[in-house]
Amino acid sequence: MIEGARLCVPLLPGILIFAAALGAASAEKGLTLSEATLMSFAVYAGASQLLALQLWPQTFTPAAIAAIVVVTMAVNLRFLLMAASLHPWLSRAPSGPVHLGLACLTDANFIVGSRYHANGGEDAGVFVGAGLFMWVIWTLATVPGHLLGYLLTDPRLLAVDMILPLTFTAMAVGLFRVRRDRLVWPIAAVCAFAAERLISGYWFIIVGAIAGSLAAGFLRDRR
Amino acid sequence: MAAATYLVRFAGYWIMSQVPLTPFVRAALEALPGAIIVSTVVPLAMREGIDAWLGIAAAAAAMIFIRKDVAALGLGVAAVIATRQLGF
Repeated sequence: MIEGARLCVPLLPGILIFAAALGAASAEKGLTLSEATLMSFAVYAGASQLLALQLWPQTFTPAAIAAIVVVTMAVNLRFLLMAASLHPWLSRAPSGPVHLGLACLTDANFIVGSRYHANGGEDAGVFVGAGLFMWVIWTLATVPGHLLGYLLTDPRLLAVDMILPLTFTAMAVGLFRVRRDRLVWPIAAVCAFAAERLISGYWFIIVGAIAGSLAAGFLRDRR
Repeated sequence: MAAATYLVRFAGYWIMSQVPLTPFVRAALEALPGAIIVSTVVPLAMREGIDAWLGIAAAAAAMIFIRKDVAALGLGVAAVIATRQLGF
């Protein structure tokens, strides 16, 4: 558990900047500090919170709420694939802690956990600890984020919009296996890019990831 | 929002508990984390442009040579900010 928290430390600067961006967005939409903190605590999925706030209406109609829920689900559908990819590893551990870890599954503990496992680690506590630690950090970071948020009027100036892709890039370096991924990654990239051009929304993550994953299945004997 | 998010978190895990782990499924799942990352980063960077690609190149290079996540994120963010300041 502690090891999981320790492996998350490199992610903290990115999380704190992201929380500041989210605080700015929530302050701009008129959410109170307790409302913003409650949202971070309950949803705990930064990218979808930021997008939901961009759709935040002045008055709530059923259609507006439905739009926010649909967007949340589309953006977070990658968690479904992440949970699936962790299953062979986590199913060997006690299911109570595993479900606790799954409840706080996000990019952070997925990436820390899958890199730990790819390097031969077996302790599922790393995944659970990373998730709980980042959940607490994220909820707490919403407070200064909300208070300081008005300073950060343009998230682009601090490259906040690039924190997720850059964190992912750094993590990808550790996951890359030449024999397995030299064909799979280009296939995923091309399919995701094509999907991004053809379908609006965030489906490209799902399309590219499934294409890459299927390709790995079909090409498994050719490595 | 919270319910929708928890639903997708548990659904993937539950689905895989129903699917037998054949060699095909095993190979597909092993490649999935990387495929998710590539499918997220590449379209977002294509949408953004040269600033994003310079940031990604800086982050990847930092990761390969320095092997520190913080350095990778710092250099990546710095590259993006610098490129944007130059007006790209």
